[in-house]
Amino acid sequence: MRAFANLLDRLAFTPARNGKLTLLADYFHEAPDPERGWALAALTGVLGFEAAKPSFIRKAVESRMDSELFHLSYDYVGDLAETVALVWPAKHGANREPELSEVVDTLTHASRAQVQQLLEGWLDALDPDGRWALLKLLTGGMRVGVSARLAKQALANMGGVEVGEIEEVWHGQRPPYEDLFAWLEKRSDKPSAESPGRFRPVMLAQAIEDEDFAKLNPADYAAEWKWDGIRVQAVSEKGERRLYSRTSDDISGSFSDVVEALDFEGVIDGELLVMRDGRVASFGELQQRLNRKTTDLALLAKYPAGIRAYDLLLDGEEDLRSLPFAERRKRLEAFVARHNNPRIDLSPLQPFLSWEELRALRANPPDGDPQIAEGLMLKRWDSAYEAGRPKGPWFKWKRDPHLVDAVLMYAQRGHGKRSGYYSDYTFGVWKENANGDRALTPVGKAYFGFTDEELKQLDKFVRDHTIDRFGPVRAVKADKDFGLVLEVAFEGLQRSTRHKSGVAMRFPRINRIRWDKPSREADELASLERMLEKEP
Amino acid sequence: MKPESILCPRPGGLYCAPGGFYIDPTRPVDRAVITHGHSDHARSGHGAVLATAETLAIMQARYGDNFAGAMEAVRYGQKIERDGVEITLVPAGHILGSAQIVIRHKGTTIVVSGDYKRRPDPTCPPFEPVKCDVFVTEATFGLPVFRFPKSEHEIAKLVKSAELFPGRTHLVGAYSLGKAQRVIKLLRVAGYDKTIYLHGAMQSMIELYERHGFDFGPLAPATADKKKDFEGAIVIAPPTALDDRWTRRFSDPLPAFASGWMGVRARARQRHIELPLVISDHADWQELTHTIAEIAPGEVWVTHGSEEALLRWCALNNQQARALHLVGYDEDEGEG
Repeated sequence: MRAFANLLDRLAFTPARNGKLTLLADYFHEAPDPERGWALAALTGVLGFEAAKPSFIRKAVESRMDSELFHLSYDYVGDLAETVALVWPAKHGANREPELSEVVDTLTHASRAQVQQLLEGWLDALDPDGRWALLKLLTGGMRVGVSARLAKQALANMGGVEVGEIEEVWHGQRPPYEDLFAWLEKRSDKPSAESPGRFRPVMLAQAIEDEDFAKLNPADYAAEWKWDGIRVQAVSEKGERRLYSRTSDDISGSFSDVVEALDFEGVIDGELLVMRDGRVASFGELQQRLNRKTTDLALLAKYPAGIRAYDLLLDGEEDLRSLPFAERRKRLEAFVARHNNPRIDLSPLQPFLSWEELRALRANPPDGDPQIAEGLMLKRWDSAYEAGRPKGPWFKWKRDPHLVDAVLMYAQRGHGKRSGYYSDYTFGVWKENANGDRALTPVGKAYFGFTDEELKQLDKFVRDHTIDRFGPVRAVKADKDFGLVLEVAFEGLQRSTRHKSGVAMRFPRINRIRWDKPSREADELASLERMLEKEP
Repeated sequence: MKPESILCPRPGGLYCAPGGFYIDPTRPVDRAVITHGHSDHARSGHGAVLATAETLAIMQARYGDNFAGAMEAVRYGQKIERDGVEITLVPAGHILGSAQIVIRHKGTTIVVSGDYKRRPDPTCPPFEPVKCDVFVTEATFGLPVFRFPKSEHEIAKLVKSAELFPGRTHLVGAYSLGKAQRVIKLLRVAGYDKTIYLHGAMQSMIELYERHGFDFGPLAPATADKKKDFEGAIVIAPPTALDDRWTRRFSDPLPAFASGWMGVRARARQRHIELPLVISDHADWQELTHTIAEIAPGEVWVTHGSEEALLRWCALNNQQARALHLVGYDEDEGEG
């Protein structure tokens, strides 16, 4: 438990992805079986015991200590698990620290009534970090900034294999993953990936650059629209039906309507979208259905989801991945036509003769769904379906981003390499109030898009024009006579009840620093609101 | 005699009326007795100062030769008399030279502990409990949530991290007086023998400790030449420098902070600390309550910090206690 607790503690304070990967790989390398396997299960969220309720933990601590002292402590710390971990008045006795595997194993078989006693015994035996880890484990949700994907990447780094290989075998593995570790440590062969319903590593595209076109022959490529939903893999194999995200997360739970409709034998690569009568809805609507553990029937009816198919990886039992795209496409068209499934339609190809023609289509998409596509995809007719992001066969060609001129309002210090710099910027646009006065209202936050040199200039500006400080945040002078205008690029705009301005940007970044532009000439909130109306 | 007539809080600090002196006064006074050298306790401009030789040396290094009208150095345990009041300085275990002030007058004993801790520190002698009628204690960490782990455990985390992230400079925030020297000593005890780099503001206090016979192993100033030099190195800096442009000379700095406040996660996150090291020169909750229980004084007076919880503990344990609400002492564990 101690090593796991130390790992969680460090992960919680390490913001950078690479830092987390180093910590994880080190832990997996050092910790023995089955400890590390249970840790992996905890981090990837696949542990299957019932979580303890906070009220239960509170009761345990209040039975042991003065409630006034507990409340003073809780007020100060603000987090129940952490408070209890720190203040727990341990009884002395035969206190042997439990191992993680022992805790998991016991909890899996314990009744609710037994858990209270077990919990108290473990809390007595552990130190504050150990108690914190235990309470995190019991209340569900590690919240240390580690996704299942990141944990798998750490395993890949540890074993010197591609993360796609981990994903391929992952769904056939069960905690504590001893076969998986044995393979990664080269003590045994790769575990079989042959479990039905498993995930197949997806093929990704590279962003195309302007100079690439000169080298590419339009006749070698098919073009299709890049739909603005989530890329998914729909698997229906020997009775196992699953919906995976492109990073192999099983999202079947949130989309039971789609999963139920997978009445075929095969594996489809496609885009998950909210679809009504064959028409695509905006990403904002799809978002209403994301990250929900259970499906709410009203929500399901209001935002019906379906799949727009891009590719066919498995047709019946036949693996098509080594066939050229042209061949797979024919098979896909036949497959979709044969099944005539109301929840699955075909992503149509966009015919074109020259790059110029395609460029024009991208700038002015034809009426209908392409109007809200993210851009275009280019796929070589002869490309096999390869895992990862190979260079050359597939390109994505996104639409030009939206631009807005906003004024820098707040800045926050960054992490790691940027820890000495103010590198996270909150920016605002002008909003007219009831009296006709204009004031800046924050509309977003961006922390990339600038060069190292520009970062230095921005940092200097922030330090020279700070008017207030709140912890790590500085408020910067920004009014109608003075302020720094930032040209912000973003992919889309959604209504938001969480933001004061009522809008939320997707993927905002600093496109240009407008040292030349007076702050009063920055954009108005009204112009952003007009963009909202245009989005269907 | 009522203890309040021997010692009472005044706007300038704790005042001993029969002896005519203040303890750690926050404004210039005629006669001062100083517990230790941290700047919120040891200020310049007093008429006469009584303290340990080490504390006087620290004040001299800080404020120059004329920091007070007259200085008198006393040894631990040496008895001094001021107008019929007996004063003895006893080790407090806080930093080099730190002392509790024991005041005896007409059969009443009052101990002003100053800042103190109970765990071992290679840079100063340990706290000595003294039987008394009134024990005057701080409560900087006077909440049950403050339970500091073993310092060796925290140092091991730092050493391990430096191995795990060889490309990153481990920038350790530590107060320049006391904490920095203790962290370096603990690193050496843990077997870390590489050069430890120091922020410029660390230099004078390190030299002072060296003059008092401490050996810190290889040290070097963290002056910028090549970023490469600091890859994987440990650099000790005042906590305020962690937010400063000064940090840009290092390759991908990993901010660490050695402080009792790091025991609470939100505190570490607010400061963007990636490696919190819970190392304090103050008593944690256990040390505070065990010390009071061990001394079992007639009365406890709490000077500053989180007195509410400590008073509650005293009430639950049938210990007479009251808060003095002294102002002017940093909650920032020594020096801001």
